[in-house]
Amino acid sequence: MALMTGAQILVESLAREGAEVVFGYPGGVTLPVYDVFYDHPLRHVLVRHEENAAFAAQGFARATGKVGVCMATSGPGATNLTTGLVDALMDSIPIVAITGQVPQSLIGRDAFQEADTFGITRSATKHNYLVKDIDKLAQAVHEAFYIAGSGRPGPVLVDVTKDVLLSKTHYEAAGKMRPLRGYGLQLTPESAAVEAAVDFLWGAERPYIYAGGGVIASGAHEELVRLSEILGAPVAHTVMGLGAMPTGHPNFISMLGMHGGYAANMGVTECDALIGVGVRFDDRVTGRLDAFAPNARVLHVDVDEAEISKNRRADVGVVGDAKIVLRAINERLEATRAERGGENLTARRAWMDRIRVMKAENPFVYTPSQDEIKPQFLMEKLDEIAQGEAIVTVDVGQHQMWAAQYMRFNRPRLWQSSSGLGSMGFGLPASMGAVVACPQKTVISIVGDGGFMMALPELGTIASNGLPIKIVVMNNGTLGMVRQWQQLFFNKRYSQVEISSFPNAELLGAAFGIPARTVDKPADLDGALKEAFFEAGPYLLNVKVAPEECVYPMVPAGGAVNEMILAPQPPAPVGG
Amino acid sequence: MQQLISLLVENQPGALMRVAGVLTSRGYNIESLTVAKTLDPTLSSMTIVANVNEEGRDLLIKQITRLVNVIKAVDLTVSHAVRRELALIKVYASQDKRAGLLREAEIFRARVVDAAPNSYTLEVTGSPDKLDALISLLHNYGQVEMVRSGAMAMAREKQNKLPIPKFGEAVEEPVAEMVES
Repeated sequence: MALMTGAQILVESLAREGAEVVFGYPGGVTLPVYDVFYDHPLRHVLVRHEENAAFAAQGFARATGKVGVCMATSGPGATNLTTGLVDALMDSIPIVAITGQVPQSLIGRDAFQEADTFGITRSATKHNYLVKDIDKLAQAVHEAFYIAGSGRPGPVLVDVTKDVLLSKTHYEAAGKMRPLRGYGLQLTPESAAVEAAVDFLWGAERPYIYAGGGVIASGAHEELVRLSEILGAPVAHTVMGLGAMPTGHPNFISMLGMHGGYAANMGVTECDALIGVGVRFDDRVTGRLDAFAPNARVLHVDVDEAEISKNRRADVGVVGDAKIVLRAINERLEATRAERGGENLTARRAWMDRIRVMKAENPFVYTPSQDEIKPQFLMEKLDEIAQGEAIVTVDVGQHQMWAAQYMRFNRPRLWQSSSGLGSMGFGLPASMGAVVACPQKTVISIVGDGGFMMALPELGTIASNGLPIKIVVMNNGTLGMVRQWQQLFFNKRYSQVEISSFPNAELLGAAFGIPARTVDKPADLDGALKEAFFEAGPYLLNVKVAPEECVYPMVPAGGAVNEMILAPQPPAPVGG
Repeated sequence: MQQLISLLVENQPGALMRVAGVLTSRGYNIESLTVAKTLDPTLSSMTIVANVNEEGRDLLIKQITRLVNVIKAVDLTVSHAVRRELALIKVYASQDKRAGLLREAEIFRARVVDAAPNSYTLEVTGSPDKLDALISLLHNYGQVEMVRSGAMAMAREKQNKLPIPKFGEAVEEPVAEMVES
């Protein structure tokens, strides 16, 4: 047993948990920790704002499925982290945040850089700790990793007082964990629930699988595809679920919900059996709740029991880890196939055909242009480069929805989007985490001009670490999604949505030492993209796009998902 | 509607804040709340009465159960439960009314725990209804000051008949439902 400081124990515990990198920003009370980082092999990436440390940790976690780690000092450091924590909570992303706290002798005395981090982050985290005893420090870190990564993943914060970081104790690597008596995980489903699910599935004539982030979190993508193939059931994804089923799979429809595809939204309205896997019936998916899948019975699979029947009553609820549940269901389906597989086979085949026809007849459309770059055209071009294999991080707004509609994903953990909280400024820092996690992969960060400006300081992190991120700014000169709502629902009274004086991208890039280019002609786009992706390091591509485009289809807020506003039909191709 | 929730939580800083936070972040007002450690000092039991609408009740229990510090949460609103509350009531009564006051206290099985020339302090336990009744009655005797503990509740055990023990045989006590380890 070695005599170690709290700071040493903290970093050692992180390393023991397999942390590969810490995204952080130092400050007064975390000085002892940064003194350890000075010559410790654990990698630390210095960000430019603590919020982005949390987003970068998420980027790492989303790309790998491992727990991401971020660190900030007390007071403003901790409060700056908070948006990133809530974001991780909403999207169930496993991260551990370490914050420093003022010494115990100063807590409650309004000390310099004191904030009630434990209280503030109570509702921003899955769980949090305030460590005031050095002998409980390692334990707290190990529990934090376990809680963050297990069950329904989420953010866990460990707040450590400075005196704990400085004091010394005999450190022994934790052998056994204290039992977490209140943390009940139900990963394996009850067999009665599985049987009920199997009966539900064979009884369906028009089954429809609605799969979300839970499938990716549990690594259930193969089981999902198998389920769809056994049943011959179409699959639609939430924004969080994109990539779980390969976009090119014949049973895949598209994203569903507010900006989901026509076939996906009509399909869910017409289905008689809705199979929700790792989803939470979010309002952006369901639209008006009582008009969502109005004719369907519901089977809901989720690891979090509190999700079952939260928004939509489930006829059959199966609590468990999606991978284990779907594997069990698939096995029982295979075993009963000879006996029951024929029951509604004709109806199910007709249904699948109907969905495929609807999808083929109603693709995402836009009116092409020779003069200006249509944002959808930009997404098509990026998709040609990515080929469904690049990591794509997006921000929040129109570009996010167009990317979700037009880009393909051959596998999970390629698509990163702040989906539940919808935090602007997410995309760029998330890509930093992704590229650190997967340096061999192409990482594209597609951001709007609004969100890019929110994350602007991170160009410093990208430049100083040489992070090879291809930053594509879809620049329409406005806060496009807000403008779209003002256009459609507020009588075109455009209020505070024009963000003029976007910096000269070439000069901005040069200021940070990042090659950059601005394009505004469709004819120049190919060349610019070729140049951007040919460069070995980071690249900033500022693409000026048609400012008036709207994202379609669109379900107005509170509307039924089958009552979509559709895109104006493009003119028929000349001579076609 | 008032919901009665019985909880078993880890006896740790922040446990109360987390539970209360689930209620307050939804705008539910906590009518009463009692907390104390259990036979196992690492655990606390809590009884909460809160105004929660009918459709929110199940979800609330699930979301409280989900908290890492919460071992068990039970909705006792419509279950068979023993519900008790303690009140300390100080009544400022003139000399001529003191005898009558004591008779009323007797009816409600309230005990005098402090006496002064111009006041009695009574201690009473019972259902919240009983306490309400006593308090409204005591207003007739003079000015009233009061502190109430808020409801405490425990689920009733099933009323299965126990075999009558033979003389000298130990009686097996039914184990209270909430005390698990």
